[in-house]
Amino acid sequence: MNKLVNKTLIAAAVATTMMAGNAYAGSHSESITVVSWGGAYTKSQVEAYHKPWMAATGNTIVSEDFNGGLAEIKAQVEAGNVTWNVVDVELSDAVRGCDEGILEVIDHSTLPDGDNGVPAAEDFLPGALMECAVGNIVWSTVFIHDESKIQGVDGLTDFFDLGKFPGKRGLRKGAKPNLEFALMADGVDPADVYEMLSTDAGIDRAFAKLDTIKDSTVWWESGAQPPQLLADGEVTMTTAYNGRVFNAIASEGKPFVINWDGQIWDLDLWVVPKGAPNQEATMDFVKFSTGTKPLADQASWIPYGPLRKSSFGLVGTFHNNAEIDMGVHMPTAPDNFKRALQNDFEFWADNSDQLNERFNAWLTK
Amino acid sequence: MTNFFKKQIKDKGRAYIYLAIATLLVVLLTGTAKAAVGFLLIFGIPLFFMEKMPAYATTGERFSRYAFLVIAASVLVFLIAPVLIIMPLSFNAEPYFTFTQGMLSFDPSAYSMRWYLDILHNGMKDPAATVGWWSDMWNNAQWIRATRNSFFIATVSATIATFLGTLAALGLSRPEMPQRALITSLLISPMIVPLVITATGMFFFYSSVGIAKTYTGVILAHVTLGVPFVIITVTATLSGFDMSLVKAAQNMGANGWTTFRRIIMPLILPGMISGALFAFITSLDEVVAVLFIADVEQRTIPRQMFSGIREQISPTILAVASILVVMSVMLLTVLELLRRRSERLRGMSPG
Amino acid sequence: MTTANPSIDQTDTLPLKQKLAKTTAIQRRRAFLLTVPLVLFLLISFVFPIGQMLFNSIHNDKVSGVVPKFAVAIQSWDGQGLPSEEIFEIFVKDLAIAKKVREVGRTAGNMATRINYELPGSRSLFTKSARKVGKITEGPYKEALIKIDKKWANPQVWLTLQRASHDLGPSFYVAAMDMKYNEAGEIVKADELYQIYLQNFIKTMWLAALITFICVLLAYPVAYLLAILPLRQSNLLMIMVLLPFWTSLLVRTTAWIAILQTEGVINDLLVYFGVIGEDGRIQMIYNQTGTIIAMVHILLPFMVLPLYSVMKTIQPSYMRAALSMGSKPFNAYRRVYFPLTIPGLAAGTLLVFILAIGYYITPALVGGQDGLLISNLIAYHIQKSLNWSLGAALGTMLLVVVLIFYWLYNRLIGIDKLKFG
Repeated sequence: MNKLVNKTLIAAAVATTMMAGNAYAGSHSESITVVSWGGAYTKSQVEAYHKPWMAATGNTIVSEDFNGGLAEIKAQVEAGNVTWNVVDVELSDAVRGCDEGILEVIDHSTLPDGDNGVPAAEDFLPGALMECAVGNIVWSTVFIHDESKIQGVDGLTDFFDLGKFPGKRGLRKGAKPNLEFALMADGVDPADVYEMLSTDAGIDRAFAKLDTIKDSTVWWESGAQPPQLLADGEVTMTTAYNGRVFNAIASEGKPFVINWDGQIWDLDLWVVPKGAPNQEATMDFVKFSTGTKPLADQASWIPYGPLRKSSFGLVGTFHNNAEIDMGVHMPTAPDNFKRALQNDFEFWADNSDQLNERFNAWLTK
Repeated sequence: MTNFFKKQIKDKGRAYIYLAIATLLVVLLTGTAKAAVGFLLIFGIPLFFMEKMPAYATTGERFSRYAFLVIAASVLVFLIAPVLIIMPLSFNAEPYFTFTQGMLSFDPSAYSMRWYLDILHNGMKDPAATVGWWSDMWNNAQWIRATRNSFFIATVSATIATFLGTLAALGLSRPEMPQRALITSLLISPMIVPLVITATGMFFFYSSVGIAKTYTGVILAHVTLGVPFVIITVTATLSGFDMSLVKAAQNMGANGWTTFRRIIMPLILPGMISGALFAFITSLDEVVAVLFIADVEQRTIPRQMFSGIREQISPTILAVASILVVMSVMLLTVLELLRRRSERLRGMSPG
Repeated sequence: MTTANPSIDQTDTLPLKQKLAKTTAIQRRRAFLLTVPLVLFLLISFVFPIGQMLFNSIHNDKVSGVVPKFAVAIQSWDGQGLPSEEIFEIFVKDLAIAKKVREVGRTAGNMATRINYELPGSRSLFTKSARKVGKITEGPYKEALIKIDKKWANPQVWLTLQRASHDLGPSFYVAAMDMKYNEAGEIVKADELYQIYLQNFIKTMWLAALITFICVLLAYPVAYLLAILPLRQSNLLMIMVLLPFWTSLLVRTTAWIAILQTEGVINDLLVYFGVIGEDGRIQMIYNQTGTIIAMVHILLPFMVLPLYSVMKTIQPSYMRAALSMGSKPFNAYRRVYFPLTIPGLAAGTLLVFILAIGYYITPALVGGQDGLLISNLIAYHIQKSLNWSLGAALGTMLLVVVLIFYWLYNRLIGIDKLKFG
């Protein structure tokens, strides 16, 4: 059917409600919408990026939360009705979104130099600048336990050892990154994980390892859940995003311990949905927030590592506790980085449909 | 009162003895006297309320009657208990979902209003401020914003649904209506089609015409979902409607509008109002369409509860839930009063 | 028709029959016109959006939209070996254009995603090649493309492309039925480890049937009690049915979480009464059990209300008559009372079943890993995996089942007989 005809029809049908709706919603003319993952992470961005940018430019930012993924961006762009300006996404989504043409191409030469004069292209860590995305942080999935309840956890193997540490486990609902964790716990070297997962035998091995704890697993979906599950005693150990756990420890005094063994790290990047309104302000925000100082400031609110080399030296202490040195809590700190795996976005771009299908089938059996 | 008990004992004396023996057995088997409390609650109350059976009733009949009462009572408890149990729990001073020792011994300090205050505080810039507290609460508290959204969306969509629904119901209940069965089932189908399918379809279509993520989109969706309830209630009112009244009015020279305003309207008004209430409460309770179509800006109470349950389940949700239960009780009362009024008007026996 | 009375003919030339027909037609039109605004509204806000969405299940133009000339050319290929050099040339040129234009919904990435559904692991083949394909300026194109990635020498890639070049096709229903195309292009059962949809569909139907059955068992005695009690008492007890009915779904789901969770009320009670030990707490929520309990609670009023309204109309004298004629109480009940309640039973059963198979929220919140229903999988494909066509195919299958039962309901009971409270 003709789209235009529909538009007219619907417009007639809704004219009255439209007026009521708009009058109620109000309008923000000089404002952009920045979307991120919520909780302590969004808070760190509001403090380090949004507030200084608003103060500097006089523009306003509407901050929204989401749970990752491209669904929303895709729907907005394909419908030609884009309301989001800047979105914080995982690397694999940034790549897929760029491939599918739903993200704006970002000209890296317009990004500001580091405050030491190094051009952006060299200042950013390798892989942080993508065709349609500018990286801002390194984050990591780790596993955590409650030191007041169990002691002596030593390495990822213990996560899968129900005999040594009885009780429930928490895992993210989905194939990624549980398959990697399972293989590493099964003794596979991080360097070989993705090679192994590319074979049927490797996938079988990962699922077989997950089978050993399947009946004792609680599946979580949003980053706020795992610390909560651990605090409530619903699980004995759980995987979690390192920043949120740190906040539960540093701000709420929870006796949680982060186990860095077998951590899986990934990048978060800013992307701009294609056709986003207020392009100028939008790009200005992207440039501003990925500057040396904002990236470093962000890290004083949550231990996610900045992606500019020039920011490293500026990372200081926790925003309200000068005794906590943020550097040692970063995923990239040498002590934490001994056995670490970088999420392979290309592997997941190729295989996530199939592996999630198998994961879902496995889950319901 | 004593007479009542005497009569009870006299009528069912033997049954009480059996119950006592059964309770004793339970205590012996489980090894704890506490079990007796629960056992007596479940099996004693129905026995107490069981009416006297005629003298010729056999033991088997008495027993099956009793068993029936026990089962029916348990099901009723199953229905109502979850709704009621959250109320005391919402006054828990601790962030747990269960009765603490202090609550069970009625220690006042084990109860608190903190979760109700949290409804107001959550999202506020400065809950401790004395100046500007009210406007801060009104504008920033998440639950308050959700409540405002919910009521705005529910009011507008119930109004539209009632208008369109009543009009259609008037047509449907005319004897000359062509294709009545087909059209009725089309108009009721939003209630039957799985919400996920409805919401997904709307999500794509509303996105393509640019009304997803707006109040308009959410309201359109809620009108659609509320319409079947209006149709059903108004048609039910009209089914007892005496068409000769219309003819009489027209004979006396009333035109169509006057007939509607003076004759039809007052008679179907109770049906319209309860239809509107149903549509209102449907919108107030709806979450799937909101999940797909609404933006943060249009977050409603159920949407807020949904993410609360998913992400950070705290007794605040119980406090919100308790308030909603109280609201349902009030709505239910209004509906019941309307029903009685409607039956009175239509000359049926009140009931 | 003879005109017996000429005086009528003078005032009105139309015969009575026609006049009547005309009036009826006007009245019919009037009645119909009253429903028009709502019918139009629902067609636009409800029927059309769903139809459009479901159309996605057989229509997917992610290949023909990206490489339009190739999509036509590949049809001439006989499927033997590799396509000809000309087809390779058309493909390379089409791909280069798509890469350059980057039109939304028409990029190499879109095509890659589409092919990846049927040929897992081939996504990067397309996206990587699209980046390099602009450099191929002259033939032989076949060699040049295979030089970029040797997977292009795999006939499977081309067979899948050929199949997906048709905009209309059943391939998403094939996937939704837990099947796939094998190397020869035949439809075969998918590997057991990847079978999920059909099984989930069957599970959903089975769970819905189970929930309906439990609802019948629980609702029957309650409806009977309400029907035989004096009005004053039954009205009081009716509140116990109606209050949960009118309480928010989210509220009731929350309540069940509070009651059933491992640190919840039931487990606490069981521990208190010594039935289980402190470490023997039972997992009753975030699994199938939790889904069943919560859904039975939510749907039970839909069973009680129609049963009650039927039972209320049954005269107690029928039973008394049967009993006085010497029938045993059980027989009297089975032969006289029960058959009279069947209309109510049918109404409740169909309604509960229809509502149960489409349930989404409760399983999503308390279903955990094994309590998820088909609706949750549909939502997963729409919101997470972005395989909208597969979600639409699953949605169509669900809708067809629901509509069959809805039709049955209409035939047997009539939807206009529905009442609430």
